[in-house]
Amino acid sequence: MRLQYPTDIKIILLPCTGKLDVLHILHAFEKGADGVYAVGCMEGDCHYNSGNLRARKRVEQARHILDVIGMGGERVQMYNLSSSEGPRFAQIAVEMDERIRNLGPNPIKRAKHRAA
Amino acid sequence: MIVADKKPIEEIIEEIKEHEKILILGCNECVTVCEAGGKKEVGVLASALRMYFLNQGRNVTIDEVTLERQCDHEYLEEIRDRMDQYDAVVSIACGVGVQFMAEKYHDTPVYPGVNTCFLGVTEKRGLWTERCQACGQCILASTGGICPVSRCAKRLLNGPCGGSVRGSCEINKDIDCAWQLIIDRLKALDRLDDYEKICALKDWSFDRAGGPRKVVREDVQE
Ligand code: SF4
Ligand code: SF4
Ligand code: FES
Repeated sequence: MRLQYPTDIKIILLPCTGKLDVLHILHAFEKGADGVYAVGCMEGDCHYNSGNLRARKRVEQARHILDVIGMGGERVQMYNLSSSEGPRFAQIAVEMDERIRNLGPNPIKRAKHRAA
Repeated sequence: MIVADKKPIEEIIEEIKEHEKILILGCNECVTVCEAGGKKEVGVLASALRMYFLNQGRNVTIDEVTLERQCDHEYLEEIRDRMDQYDAVVSIACGVGVQFMAEKYHDTPVYPGVNTCFLGVTEKRGLWTERCQACGQCILASTGGICPVSRCAKRLLNGPCGGSVRGSCEINKDIDCAWQLIIDRLKALDRLDDYEKICALKDWSFDRAGGPRKVVREDVQE
């Protein structure tokens, strides 16, 4: 199955989404990412039991922080899907790509540019 | 340990918005354990603040340091060399740390980044509860090791009030009645006789009623 998804998405592999930390998400934005989304196993199917539930909480925390500092919490999202759902993976990528394009680039990227 | 809770980022932004070069200072002890002021929280707060100011079009330096403790001279001295680089510090240690920092660096404003709450335990991750109010004259010996000063809403010292209902405190059914806990434990220890002993008037001058307190130990002074 060869599926097309937007090419400007950089995939970072984690052993489990439970490894994801708020700090990783924030640092991605500091370095200029326009959006970040985490894709974990279906709830109840994490190999480490609750990794994806913890990831969801961290995504929520990052979302809240981005809202407070005026960067837009919608730039972060958590998704759950099973490993057999290739088409869903591609669909999520398209969905997120579209959402971020509508929001526009990471505002601090522009600010950094102005400062330079 | 001393239990603290994070302050909302909005409040911290309000505290420091006039400054240009800010140090976020964490503490490796109590506040790390309660996940409010350790290295990780320093990282998150600093990253959020850097982005906030950039987004505001302001070039503000936000640096990160986490000390072993902020309630001892020796650790606070570790940053003496670099303190002239900053025009403000946000300390996310407990209120003790914030104040000692402010005392030692008299010319630099130091702002609190956490709310210091109480002396307590980690019941489980994400749940911390109060156990002691540092009353200065511990009575746990006669109360089955359960503290009515910190855990009874009315600080009663000789048994429960009339509002104790099925083990819960009358101010909130989610709070255990300290006296129920004490009686249950004395029973388990087969020491219900202790419950019969009248606790005489407690000398509250060792508590906050006597003003700021001191422990002086000449035997260990240099
Ligand atoms: S500064 Fe406060 S939090 Fe840090 S070790 Fe001292 S008492 Fe604990
Ligand atoms: S009796 Fe006083 S010192 Fe002892 S645990 Fe209670 S508050 Fe703390
Ligand atoms: S193994 Fe934990 S989210 Fe997949």
